[in-house]
Amino acid sequence: MKVKVISRSTDEFTRERSQDLQRVFRNFDPTLRTQEKAVEYVRALNAAKLDKIFARPFIGAMDGHRDSIKCMAKNPSYLKGIFSGSDDGDIRLWDIASRRTVCQFPGHQGAVQGLTVSTDGSILVSCGSDCTVRLWNVPGATLAVSDNLSDNSAKALAVYVWKNAFRAVDHQWDGDLFATAGAQVDIWNHNRSQPVNTFDWGTDTTISVRFNPGEPNILATSANDRSITLYDLRMSSPARKVIMRTKANSIAWNPMEPLNFTVANEDCNCYSYDARKLDEAKCVHKDHVSAVMDIDFSPTGREFVTGSYDRTVRIFQYNGGHSREIYHTKRMQRVFCVKYSSDASYVISGSDDTNLRLWKAKASEQLGVVLPREKKKHEYLEAVKNRYKHLPEVKRIVRHRHLPKPIYKAANLRRTMIEAERRKEQRRKAHSAPGSVVTESIRKRRIIKEVE
Amino acid sequence: MLILVPSISAASLRAASSQAFPKRRLKRERTTDLSFQKTAAAAPCDRQASLTFLPFLFISMGSKEENGDGEMDQTVKKYLRGEAANLEGLQDKKLKGQLAIREELYGKSAKAAAKIEKWLLPSEGGYLEAEGIEKTWRIKQESIAREVDILSLRNQYDIVLPELGPYTIDFTPNGRYMAAAGRKGHLAVVDMKTLSLIKEIQVRETVRDVVYLHNELFFAAAQKKYPYIYNRDGTELHCLKEHGAVSRLQFLKNHFLLASINKFGQLHYQDVTMGEMVGNYRTGSGRTDAMQVNPFNGVVALGHSSGTVTMWKPTSAAPLVKMLCHPGPVSSLAFHPNGHLMATSGKEKKIKIWDLRKFEVIQTLSGHAKTLNFSQKGLLAAGTGSFVQILGDFSGSQNYSRYMSHSISKGYQVGKVLFRPYEDVLGIGHSMGWSSILIPGSGEPNFDSWVANPFETSKQRREKEVHSLLDKLPPETIMLDPTKVGTVRPARKKEKKPTKEEREAEMEAAVEAAKDTDIKKKTKGRNKPSKRAQRRKEIIDRAKRPFLEHWVEEQETFRKKQKTNMETEMPKSLQRFVRQKAT
Repeated sequence: MKVKVISRSTDEFTRERSQDLQRVFRNFDPTLRTQEKAVEYVRALNAAKLDKIFARPFIGAMDGHRDSIKCMAKNPSYLKGIFSGSDDGDIRLWDIASRRTVCQFPGHQGAVQGLTVSTDGSILVSCGSDCTVRLWNVPGATLAVSDNLSDNSAKALAVYVWKNAFRAVDHQWDGDLFATAGAQVDIWNHNRSQPVNTFDWGTDTTISVRFNPGEPNILATSANDRSITLYDLRMSSPARKVIMRTKANSIAWNPMEPLNFTVANEDCNCYSYDARKLDEAKCVHKDHVSAVMDIDFSPTGREFVTGSYDRTVRIFQYNGGHSREIYHTKRMQRVFCVKYSSDASYVISGSDDTNLRLWKAKASEQLGVVLPREKKKHEYLEAVKNRYKHLPEVKRIVRHRHLPKPIYKAANLRRTMIEAERRKEQRRKAHSAPGSVVTESIRKRRIIKEVE
Repeated sequence: MLILVPSISAASLRAASSQAFPKRRLKRERTTDLSFQKTAAAAPCDRQASLTFLPFLFISMGSKEENGDGEMDQTVKKYLRGEAANLEGLQDKKLKGQLAIREELYGKSAKAAAKIEKWLLPSEGGYLEAEGIEKTWRIKQESIAREVDILSLRNQYDIVLPELGPYTIDFTPNGRYMAAAGRKGHLAVVDMKTLSLIKEIQVRETVRDVVYLHNELFFAAAQKKYPYIYNRDGTELHCLKEHGAVSRLQFLKNHFLLASINKFGQLHYQDVTMGEMVGNYRTGSGRTDAMQVNPFNGVVALGHSSGTVTMWKPTSAAPLVKMLCHPGPVSSLAFHPNGHLMATSGKEKKIKIWDLRKFEVIQTLSGHAKTLNFSQKGLLAAGTGSFVQILGDFSGSQNYSRYMSHSISKGYQVGKVLFRPYEDVLGIGHSMGWSSILIPGSGEPNFDSWVANPFETSKQRREKEVHSLLDKLPPETIMLDPTKVGTVRPARKKEKKPTKEEREAEMEAAVEAAKDTDIKKKTKGRNKPSKRAQRRKEIIDRAKRPFLEHWVEEQETFRKKQKTNMETEMPKSLQRFVRQKAT
């Protein structure tokens, strides 16, 4: 006879000293945990509720400007710094952590329309409606925050006066060129007082410009004539152009997939394009109820943030048709510029009410140091929530957002209008000869033509 | 993203928190055929949460893997919890790609879990093997006692309490504590590790059953008129008057529900956290002593004197299942921990084992059992008179045969047999006290600290209480197939109604067929042409009738629907002006 029975000595299964950690044994056998699916579902539901409770995205406002904020620039080499330029010609460098002005850059006479920082973070370029481009030395990270602002005002390195007012500026990645947008697209060198190159295609003003993060010689611009144009600096003439039905206010390249870019359009939508294939948008991001003014990609390339004339900031997935998140406060006015912070965890918006606002990118994220166990727990809850997100109870909680009344109403109205249009189209189709009315997909409908 | 851990240590295992490991659902029948597009996104994902941050433990086994491959497959299958989603019919390419990746991850994690089970679990299960002409069922407890270590020896004992019996017992889910209740009012709480009596009280009235609530601090006792809840110190906390004179109590630990059946055959469910009475149903089958919770899905089964077994959930007044199991009264029933097997015993001296997936009897054994219980490893204990028999399924084909047997002293009447969780021990409550015997291979050798920990400290217990309260399931999650939670119901295909033309054509065909029938020639005087024509007309009418009747019926329902529509559309005050159709 051979016999063995389970016998556990207490010493083997408990800790020796009270300073030791308790011993933990695992057995992943499914029969030990009954109804695991129901348990997971309950956890998902609770996690969704907790997320709603902890969703407090607004961190604080940074005030100091005396006019509406028109443009912002991130410092690529310093996480805490952000530059902002306002309508009265004031440029400020902010310390995000303390939410205070670190330094001011006086000089512009009219509105500051564009700000950009060179990739090494040493030179700030600003341009404005006073027809000047100004280059500034970016103060070091060690600059202390002090109350006395007059000490901390910088002098311009160089002032280049040019023929026309500027609307936007962007610095090349890994290079010392920068491009300004105005009556035409000018390419500048740091050391030359005149543009090294000028592009012109059409007569209307170019309103935004953005260099490609992957290929330093390619840039995209949008103009008042509703066109989006791609330029290659190595060629003498512009490369390609697409004309849409409404103008694009801003452009952002996806930093992780640098052949894709997204434009913030006047018709309340954002359109993601593949730069190689401009006859059709890759994705249409709907949700805003007024013109989208600015757009910025998260450094992860999975999300982007938009600011709109409807006084809200929204966060979209790079391939999502609808926004993941909407941020608004009572006092926030028209949003003219937004930026995603370089660590992808904050969003900064600048608006008409002269304030910069700092938001969390994930509304219910826990700030501060998160212990590994806590982090694991958060990840687990995120996963179960994701797994059960299609179930009605979870979906309802996860999707719900409180909207200001005007936006709620405007969204309803827009929905009604779109629906009516769709119905009309359907009826027209039904009562015409088959094939004579062609419904184009939303991704193509807003594009007029593509020009080579 | 897979984290490859080159060196495996117990420490890395311990570091994996309770929730970190993938959970895959047991899915016996695939519900997701993916013929529906809209819901497909949700449906096939129902098996597992994302795997991105799971501590994968890949053990490099090299060439050692060739033996025991079949065994490994079996384990992998267990951790896969069902078949993979069928992606064939899926048209959405993006979704298909995502799901394919996910399926691959499921496979990997199941393999990792199977390897963990094979190599890393600290303890091995018990066993009893006969040599030569020995038979395992002839091996006595005394001979086992000679072979086993001194620690296990402590689990073999008889407690003789002749005055206050018969006794019934219950163990906590981790097997550490036992509550014993004597019929004549004796309640005792025993720590099974130290074998010390924690508390005993005398309630001075009949006690019919005792059951532990979620941990060892609370237990409920079914007494003469009402069930009561006591704490470990013997303090009476609650008197549950609504339950009445309860004969059996059961506790659903995932739902925190105390279920009871009283002498009028009323089934009560009470939420012990908030005290709310969740359900109160009349079974309508009289009093019963056979009540058992299916641990797999939380369904309560009752065995009745009519020979039926009914299964209940707290959210419906009618039983989920009513099955006739025995020609005579059902004396007891038990559930296998995986929820697929049920054992019932009837007064007609038969023990039946049922497959709960098909509701079919798998095996019928002769012999009476007053009480039945399945162990964690699937051994079945049956007690009757002073004899306890253990049946085991060793062929793997759900064919239960004799494994062990044990006789307690003559004249003792076994009232309850209950396997102690995570130990190779069977507790027997009988008319003269209680006993404990060793049944090698009955318990799960490896416990999970986050599920049930026999070495739990009070701090861990407190923490576990909070966690289990946070994960408390609503009573609606009790259903026959718990894997259905979180799935999407497939779109039902609409049955196509025949069009008017089709129906007319069908009628025409029927009429034509009727016309062709030969009319029998009748006797003179009844065979006149006019009579023949009349008869033919009758035949045709008879053929038409079902079609016409169907049409009339349809008209009727249509009219009714319209009428109700009109009524509901109008404001309440105007509804009385709706013209009433003369019927």
